[in-house]
Amino acid sequence: MIQIVDYGAGNLTSVKRALDYLGIASAVTADSEAIRNAERIIFPGVGHAKTSVDVLRQRGLDSALRDAFSRQTPILGICLGTQIVLSHSDEGDAQCLGLIDGNCVRFDLRSPSLKVPHMGWNSITVVKQHPVLKDVEEGDEFYFVHSYFPRPQDEAHVFAVCEYEITFPAAIGDKNLFATQFHPEKSGKAGLAMLKNFCDWDGTPC
Amino acid sequence: MLSKRLIACLDVRDGNLAKSVKFVNTKDIGDPVAAAKKYYEEGLDELVFYDITASSDKRDIMIDVVSSVASQVFIPFSVGGGLRSVEDCSRVLLAGAEKVNVNTAAVHNPALISRASRAFGAQCVVLSMDVRRVGPAEPIPSGYEIVINGGRTPTGIDAVEWAKRGERLGAGELVVNSIDADGTKAGYDIELTQRMVHSVSIPVIASGGGGKPEHLYEVLTEGGADAALVASILHYEEFTIRELKEYLHGRGIKMRMRY
Repeated sequence: MIQIVDYGAGNLTSVKRALDYLGIASAVTADSEAIRNAERIIFPGVGHAKTSVDVLRQRGLDSALRDAFSRQTPILGICLGTQIVLSHSDEGDAQCLGLIDGNCVRFDLRSPSLKVPHMGWNSITVVKQHPVLKDVEEGDEFYFVHSYFPRPQDEAHVFAVCEYEITFPAAIGDKNLFATQFHPEKSGKAGLAMLKNFCDWDGTPC
Repeated sequence: MLSKRLIACLDVRDGNLAKSVKFVNTKDIGDPVAAAKKYYEEGLDELVFYDITASSDKRDIMIDVVSSVASQVFIPFSVGGGLRSVEDCSRVLLAGAEKVNVNTAAVHNPALISRASRAFGAQCVVLSMDVRRVGPAEPIPSGYEIVINGGRTPTGIDAVEWAKRGERLGAGELVVNSIDADGTKAGYDIELTQRMVHSVSIPVIASGGGGKPEHLYEVLTEGGADAALVASILHYEEFTIRELKEYLHGRGIKMRMRY
């Protein structure tokens, strides 16, 4: 059973619906024990980093996620979830979970025609292979909605990048944690394939 | 680079798909869930559902439509029509919509935009507007007027000013529908689209008048729109999504071509 972490951040049902469609059992939970003992975790979210980290702490979900991470539970971060696994986010100057060293920074673009948030479909380039990314092919596009992006300290934690004036990390990971800035649950068949791959992944780091 | 988006609009009345021509002669033409699924399979980038159900006691039908779409269609979609409060918005979002579309209710109550934006984030709030060309005059310097109630009631509000205000209030995207062009299949209002693109820094979705691939090309290049919204040409199967996208891609526009 996959536990989808509920911390009041956005629409968690879309991840659940995508898993239902794939025939994969999941539950949305705010219970720290359920997270701590989960077989597999999806950590999604849309919203404000500082506000969301505060909710995680109030519900004791921050330590549950840290424990699950050190127990080698496979974890998939999505969007805000991806930003919060880093040690810090500039959005609200938030101290985050620190599962991966790094900071989450705002787009600072020169071109006046490029809009923030970066919203819509964009292609990604895999820079380092990972079981979750195994079906991604050249030209596959994914749905993004974000104003901040993750910047891990160690480049080795970047698995895929995306271009939007600058090149920014679109998928990051370390050990049993994998995390995407885009929304696989809203990215058509390419996104569903990625969710499926995550569910088949045993969490072994590559 | 972001791809330009091809968006289909589905007008839904009492749970059935409908398409109007210049906002009149509305007739039912099918099942919105089946249409959404078909377009998703064919590579559509995004969907807009507009609930044109007249009586409020039938609004729950729309929630069922939204939730069936959300369990079968894995691209973003927004829902509009009859959303008057943050609670109304919350219901369609919980049913699985990605974004809400506000139009007439936001004109009556602009705080709806800011409240929804605070509650769900700006990326979630689409300000949709029906615009009629009236020629520049005193209260309407741009010459484009906001018309509400499905194109029936002129407001005396300047469309460009309203767009800027909507952005300040927290809208994350604009749908600009030209009433003059709607249903004509004679092309989008390029000038209106350009005015909007230059007046705001949020994405602009052009709507009304898309009748052939060339029109989409014009509005995405010359018009500067981030996305083109189509309806009848898909619903009446005059063009397929693939044909539209291949045409645009062939003329050098970045589109999502793998699906």
